[in-house]
Amino acid sequence: MNPTVARLTVRGLLGRRRGILLLVVPAVLLVISLLARGSGQDKHDLAASILGQLSLGTLVPILGLVVGTGVIATEIDDGSIVYLLSKPLPRWQIITTKLAVAIATTWAFAALPTLLAGLIVYGPGDGLAVGYAVGALVSGAVYSALFLLLGVATRHAVVAGLAYALVWESLVGNYVDGARTLSVQQWGLSVARSVASDGMINSDVALGTAVPLLIGVAVAATVAASVKLAGLTLVSEE
Amino acid sequence: MSLPPEPRTAPDSGVIHNIGYRGYQGPRLGRSYATRSLFVQSLRGAYGLGRSGKSKVLPMLILGGLGAIALMIVTATLIAKQQKLLMDYTAFLSTFGLLITIFLAAQAPVLMSRDLRHNTVPLYFSRPITRGDYVRAKFAAMTAAMLILMVTPLLVLYIGAVLGKLPFGTNTEHFLYALVAAVLYAVLFAAIALLIAAATPRRGFGVAAIMGVLVVSNILATIAFGINGGFEGRDSANWVALLSPQMLVESVVNRTFGLGGDGAVIHAPSTFAAVVFGVEIVTIAVLCYVSLLRRYRKI
Repeated sequence: MNPTVARLTVRGLLGRRRGILLLVVPAVLLVISLLARGSGQDKHDLAASILGQLSLGTLVPILGLVVGTGVIATEIDDGSIVYLLSKPLPRWQIITTKLAVAIATTWAFAALPTLLAGLIVYGPGDGLAVGYAVGALVSGAVYSALFLLLGVATRHAVVAGLAYALVWESLVGNYVDGARTLSVQQWGLSVARSVASDGMINSDVALGTAVPLLIGVAVAATVAASVKLAGLTLVSEE
Repeated sequence: MSLPPEPRTAPDSGVIHNIGYRGYQGPRLGRSYATRSLFVQSLRGAYGLGRSGKSKVLPMLILGGLGAIALMIVTATLIAKQQKLLMDYTAFLSTFGLLITIFLAAQAPVLMSRDLRHNTVPLYFSRPITRGDYVRAKFAAMTAAMLILMVTPLLVLYIGAVLGKLPFGTNTEHFLYALVAAVLYAVLFAAIALLIAAATPRRGFGVAAIMGVLVVSNILATIAFGINGGFEGRDSANWVALLSPQMLVESVVNRTFGLGGDGAVIHAPSTFAAVVFGVEIVTIAVLCYVSLLRRYRKI
């Protein structure tokens, strides 16, 4: 952790009007859960569609994508990363600092609202709200690490990330069961299932598989991003 | 034009001849030609033509992927000896809407954001084209790119169906329905995406924002559909299509052409609703276009 890098990253990520734009994500989640609360439908189904499908399935990946690539890809894109790289600072420290900022932002803008939305829709019972919130915490952190790596590795980080988050996890995952084993969303759901009471949350991946995969992917992505940044070549836009 | 007088030259030493400044006297191609060129360039740019190999990957992959899926549907239909395509033309567009949205999200910033980022927009305006021409050319290019993307697989389906001796009349009719849907999708989506792209000079941010708006609105509408009992067959739940651009087009088309009235497919619940949805499509498209013009008023 380097406080100066962290401060600059936060300013780059949330400065100007960008922080307000990111606020759209929690706002959408809270508004829809308030509306759903008044609808009188089955609370458990509502929680599954709002918390599982909307929050964990869509908002957390998109936010992780914006934040994970936003902390570093924008700087690489406009070339201002060289001023940071030329400082006597280990490259891996730049990565870990930026990752910490990304994870904290994802938690504040996605996991916390998920908890609130869960409390609004379902109430504190059965550990459902907490379960989904913990799921959002772990998957948000892994998404941040993964998309940070993408941001360092390719100039088309956002498109590649979207392809993974939407095409692989939603489209392919709906038809091919095996694809679900390799999905951050399912790993998060698996952790959520173990936190909540029995039978409240469904997941296709066992906890024993999910936890090592979560940790492994996060660590591997961070290491790979550090290595990649250590030998970064700046290329101009095509 | 009067040339400046020929300067006196020394007879026997090396000289520089001043022939004066000569302006271009030939024909000029004018504003419409420039606008047309910008349109062609942007359309080619949307598919990565004339750009590096890397930028061709995504658009070509999606175009090829959609074509391949259409081919598979036709083949499967013919092998199974069905009298009807396994997936109708309009259903094809809505089922694979995600791929179309990804193409849109990835390529709209290519058209708009790069010019803003690198401050090349003022250079365009130093040519005869006006701000309106610029917006018109970009809008037309994005719409055309989307149309090419959607019509190509539809053509594959249609040609396959006709060659496979499926009923000609029904297929032509449904193909035309899908063409109408494709035009609506193209215009509405292009308007929304270009506005967002023009508001975000950073390419990555623009991609995520377009994707966010289109996908999240779709999921919100689906959830609202469920909350209002749409899955239990309550017809009024179809009003949630107001929330999502994709569902708007889908439900108007389904209602107007009497497709998928069995409740499983989203459709406008009444003629009045269809009119409301239609008005909303036009309003969104026009509002986005006007905002786009306003965005470029001060560059």
